[in-house]
Amino acid sequence: MTAVPLTHADPRDNIRRPFWLPIYALALRELVRFFRQRSRVIGAVGQPLLFWILFGAGLRGSFAPPSWAPRDMTYQQYFFPGVAVLIVLFTAIFSTISIIEDRREGFLQGVLAAPISRLAIVLGKLCGGTVLAVLQAGLFLALAPLMGLSLSPLTTLAVAGFLILLSFTLTALGFLIAWPLDSTQGFHAIMSIVLMPMWLLSGAFFPADGTGWLSWVIRVNPLTYGVAGLRRLLYSGQPLPAAAGLPSFGVCLTVTIVFCAVCVGVAVWQAERRSSRDAR
Amino acid sequence: MHNAPAISLLQLSHHYGERQALDRVSFDVPTGKIFGLLGPNGGGKTTLFRVLATLLPVQSGTVRLLSLDLATRPAAVRSRIGVTFQSPSLDRKLTVTENLKIQGHLYGLRGSDLGRQVTSLLSRLGLTDRADDRVESLSGGLARRVEIAKGLLHAPRVLLLDEPSTGLDPGARLDLWRCLTQLCDEAGVTVLVTTHLMEEGQRCDALAILDHGHLVALGTPADLQHSIGGDCLSIAALDPDSLACDIAARFDLPARVVGGQIRIETQRGHEFIGRLVETFGPRITSVSLGRPTLEDVFVQRTGHRFWNEPQTGV
Repeated sequence: MTAVPLTHADPRDNIRRPFWLPIYALALRELVRFFRQRSRVIGAVGQPLLFWILFGAGLRGSFAPPSWAPRDMTYQQYFFPGVAVLIVLFTAIFSTISIIEDRREGFLQGVLAAPISRLAIVLGKLCGGTVLAVLQAGLFLALAPLMGLSLSPLTTLAVAGFLILLSFTLTALGFLIAWPLDSTQGFHAIMSIVLMPMWLLSGAFFPADGTGWLSWVIRVNPLTYGVAGLRRLLYSGQPLPAAAGLPSFGVCLTVTIVFCAVCVGVAVWQAERRSSRDAR
Repeated sequence: MHNAPAISLLQLSHHYGERQALDRVSFDVPTGKIFGLLGPNGGGKTTLFRVLATLLPVQSGTVRLLSLDLATRPAAVRSRIGVTFQSPSLDRKLTVTENLKIQGHLYGLRGSDLGRQVTSLLSRLGLTDRADDRVESLSGGLARRVEIAKGLLHAPRVLLLDEPSTGLDPGARLDLWRCLTQLCDEAGVTVLVTTHLMEEGQRCDALAILDHGHLVALGTPADLQHSIGGDCLSIAALDPDSLACDIAARFDLPARVVGGQIRIETQRGHEFIGRLVETFGPRITSVSLGRPTLEDVFVQRTGHRFWNEPQTGV
């Protein structure tokens, strides 16, 4: 009996497995898959762009700028940061919906059987989704000069940083929704009744002026602070005044960080639980 | 020498809610052999496989894999075992090499070490010329080989395969078994494979047969077959139940009705057939004589057919 442990002694016990390596591998996989599926590029950028052009043109006449906005603000200008957030949201949805496919098709079980922490699995997915979201939303935001916005290098950097935070948050939100589901139809249902309304009621699509119940919904919606934060950063050359419908940047950043921490926390907590669902 | 068993189960039980999937299963898997887990679907072999693959927790009992306690050191076990699942775990949008590299990263391999390992495995499994093809373009047999390559990438000491020949044509199946045998013989890898196919069970060095979560037989295929005395007779009859009683009474040996046929295990079966037909000729439709197969072992131990066919009286 004493010889037993020696028999199976393994030099691999001394190998250091860098924590970042599986995260890098899983994130890279997201990117490679994305660029091999053209339809995803069209889905994540095309639809928001179409919304922006069509709604921008259609609602031009009926749009009244909110109290905090310059009087000559067009609807397309108002809608601009909201579309960027929609691109982030769509990208997050598309990249986390693949968790359900990975589970169904079998890729996920191979990952779950590997000697890596569940945290690394979550972070791999979130990093991959974040890079994709930032790339696409960033590409769209490059149209800023057309909207009469001039971004200094410092502002550009700040916008990029805020986009990263927002993308990470929304990808984590997608992750925690997708992880327990076993059909993509279920995810689509949640997308239509939770994620899309969340975006619609974030001040992205129409301003949260006034007092009615709607303005309260908008105020408690954490995404409102994401959209407002991005809006404030984009307008940092010509600062917008503090106003009811537009929280200060400090508030936006704080709420978004807390929202991010909650989403990531729940996503990791869910993934940590080993259940019979993992073995499909 | 590797005397310690590669895998050792002691009183392992597992349940899904009310349903008992494994009931106090104990056995050892010898190091460096091909070990088969044979059983009908729902027998418990896939549950056992998932426990060994660390995807399901050890609920009760003890499992030691390479002397490591599975319940307390799953991470250490994971780095030493290779797992090939029944459903493909490859990313079909990625190439063969990309799939292997990701797998390598998950196991802590990178750089030139990983590159060398990938190249050598691809050539060992005859995949070199498909290295840059996407997995979705591969045939079932080739994809299965990539799965195995994936399982072997970190040079595991134990390779677990769940129903590896699912979806393979006979040629690819042969090829797979050649590959597994080679792994055992040349690299000393312990291979545990689940199967519901008798002919695959036959190819294993040792077997555990599971039925309804119970271990019903354990041993080498030859020993198991020898455990049934002599020959096996299958008798078809119009009224098998009453004929079985009469045969048992007349010849003083156990005659069972399984799946609508009477089965008798006896020495010198060819002589027995003569006496049987002389005595009960008109009531017998047909008689067949065979050497005991693993299915006969299963029938003898469980009292029912391997496949859930209509039972007696249906």
